[in-house]
Amino acid sequence: MSDTATMTDAKLLEGPAFVRAKPLAPLPPPLTEAGAIGWLRKNLFSGVLNIVLTIVCALLIAWIVPPLVKFLLIDAVWDGSSRADCLPGPDRPEVGACWAFVIDRINFFTYGFYPISERWRVDIFFVLLALGVVWMAWLDAPRRDIGVIYFFIILPIASLILLLGWPLLGLSKVETTSWGGVLVTVVVASVGIVFSLPIGIVLALGRRSRMPAVRLFSVIFIEFVRGVPLITVLFMASVMLPLFVPDTWSPDKLLRALVGVSLFASAYMAEVVRAGLQAIPKGQYEAAFAVGLSYWKTMRFIILPQALKITIPNIVNTTIGLFKDTTLVFVVGIFDFLMTIEAARVDPNWATPGISTTGYAFAAIFYLLFCYGMSRYARFVEGRLAAGDRR
Amino acid sequence: MAAVEHTRPKAPLIYNPKVRGMAYQAVLCAVIVFLAWSAIRNAAENLARAKIATGFGFWENTAGFDISQALIEYSTTSSYGRAFWVGLINTLVVAALGIVLATILGFLIGIARLSKNWLLARMAGFYVEIIRNIPLLLQLLFWYNAVLKALPAMRESLSIPGGGFLNNRGLFLPQPLFQAGSSYALIALGVGVVAAIVYRTWAKRRQMATGQQAPVLWVTLGLVIALPLAVLGLSGFPIAFNYPEAGRFNIRGGMELLPEFMALLFGLVIYTAAFIAEVVRAGILAVARGQTEAAYSLGLRPGQTLRLVVIPQAMRVIIPPLTSQYLNLTKNSTLAVAIGYPDLVQIFAGTVLNQTGQAVEVIVITMAVYLTISLVTSALMNLYNRRMALVER
Repeated sequence: MSDTATMTDAKLLEGPAFVRAKPLAPLPPPLTEAGAIGWLRKNLFSGVLNIVLTIVCALLIAWIVPPLVKFLLIDAVWDGSSRADCLPGPDRPEVGACWAFVIDRINFFTYGFYPISERWRVDIFFVLLALGVVWMAWLDAPRRDIGVIYFFIILPIASLILLLGWPLLGLSKVETTSWGGVLVTVVVASVGIVFSLPIGIVLALGRRSRMPAVRLFSVIFIEFVRGVPLITVLFMASVMLPLFVPDTWSPDKLLRALVGVSLFASAYMAEVVRAGLQAIPKGQYEAAFAVGLSYWKTMRFIILPQALKITIPNIVNTTIGLFKDTTLVFVVGIFDFLMTIEAARVDPNWATPGISTTGYAFAAIFYLLFCYGMSRYARFVEGRLAAGDRR
Repeated sequence: MAAVEHTRPKAPLIYNPKVRGMAYQAVLCAVIVFLAWSAIRNAAENLARAKIATGFGFWENTAGFDISQALIEYSTTSSYGRAFWVGLINTLVVAALGIVLATILGFLIGIARLSKNWLLARMAGFYVEIIRNIPLLLQLLFWYNAVLKALPAMRESLSIPGGGFLNNRGLFLPQPLFQAGSSYALIALGVGVVAAIVYRTWAKRRQMATGQQAPVLWVTLGLVIALPLAVLGLSGFPIAFNYPEAGRFNIRGGMELLPEFMALLFGLVIYTAAFIAEVVRAGILAVARGQTEAAYSLGLRPGQTLRLVVIPQAMRVIIPPLTSQYLNLTKNSTLAVAIGYPDLVQIFAGTVLNQTGQAVEVIVITMAVYLTISLVTSALMNLYNRRMALVER
């Protein structure tokens, strides 16, 4: 009895023979909806308009990219010593970029007319600067407080001694008129940053001050500088600054440009910092005053650390703008990186039809690498700061 | 019993925040006044020693130099003041054209960056990243020295269909000459524009009242374009063209666009468009997703959704940064000095300053011009922005 019952139960559990007890493995999705083909259909060929757009884009790429690769790499000349190597000849009907020219003049592009025997000083300056930049940019670096002192105080003084020379230390004097190339570009950009950030912070605090005179001067300065082009500021620094100081001072040409660039960058930095200050909730100020901190202590320990932290991406973006703007110092006769290229490309020893494009391509790659690098860094910091919001 | 006296402990005056604030401000004012005073005194001394005239008397003096592009009458016997106006007009022309073209290109690229088409979005992204990260000066030099100056010389000019020529001295185009009778077409254009505005207002009011839509686009196009063309045709096309003629060494007649002008325009438009594209993209992304979804669920087509729902809301976010891009473009047009386009800085802060030596006056005038442009534009845009701003309940 019990035996039959068990058997029937088992049969019932199994169900009739035509009912499947276990699910089948799912079929693969149709080829047209998944995988590469599905992706293509979805992202490139989803409608008449999209098909047309895709074809136009593909044509555009085919029109731009192969000639570019051909010019920059395939037809490029890598070694040579004069223009003859970069001219089309019977064995080379088409000549692309003349990288031999860049390799030949790379020292000129880097140091300008800096005396050859003293160029190690520039190299040390680059290393010191790189150290400072890494210390500041690496957010988890040890002792960043010392890093700030290093970057804003020690580094400028050390660089000044190193680059200008100090005969007492056995470093011969090098006039700024012989500086040039990447050296000048880097000097202008870093001086701009080192001075514009503190001045910008002071101006931003001034603009939010409760003292009307302080506020008025800050607003006038910021709005005036932001309303005029950098070139006119540089012209002003170049022709008006010598008039405004006693004639015995006669400021150096590079110094005038540096003053102009720093003042210009300060106004932009001030607006960036002000945006950061405005983002700090009012309660932070009130709490700080309530525990009895003075204005400067409130700023130093409570407000600025928070405001500057959220401003880092914008500070980096302003730095990118400043780095690109360093090219404008040519108007006051400073020989920056771009100007060394301008000078070298008309050098009769190298002048060929393609030499201008080669020089500009090299400069473009240089600026692109630095600026793109900085903008990636800004985005990385932004992501890290937003980590707290991604709960 | 003596009353308990509630007197505050007397703090020294120096701890009173109000007094302190006044003191700080007094010191600041004193320092600034002293700096300004010593700067003026030094300047006066230095100028007197260098025997440089002061004041604005030079304005009426004969300039004595030629300008390659003058849109108002100008010759070497004109005054410095005239040269100033020529330079200012050249600056405004390149800035205005640049703003229009950069806006069009920038909007196209910004929208393309958000396209569902992967290839298009990627290409727009590449454009923005590459153009934004290369200094404008480098781009201008490239366009001028490596592209336009590398064009064939005068004798091997490339001819453009329609009667134009392109060579390393510029772009030569047929110049339209308006003859008697073409004024009717101009009047028709004016009438068309006014009628179009009236029609649009009427159509909008009717749509508000009844919900019925009128074919605004087609009627506007008809009134503004077809009507003047029809009048032009009826009056027998009273427009002649002055075609440029290629000679051995020169091209005569026609309209000439300097390579400096073209390089500056290309450079400014391509550079600024990358920034405008980012502004537009950020603006469109700022419109909440639900807005698009709600528009779709109401049955609007993608084009209508973009035009009627997304763009009007995005414009609120776009306009302030767009204004600052316009100002940047205008300020960047001073880079003309690098390639020799005769703009305000090149003529005035360059040549005039060198000839007169009156640095202070010339620089002050130049800066005042840019400052005025900036302030006026900001004021206008603030006004517009206030009208566009969201009216909160």
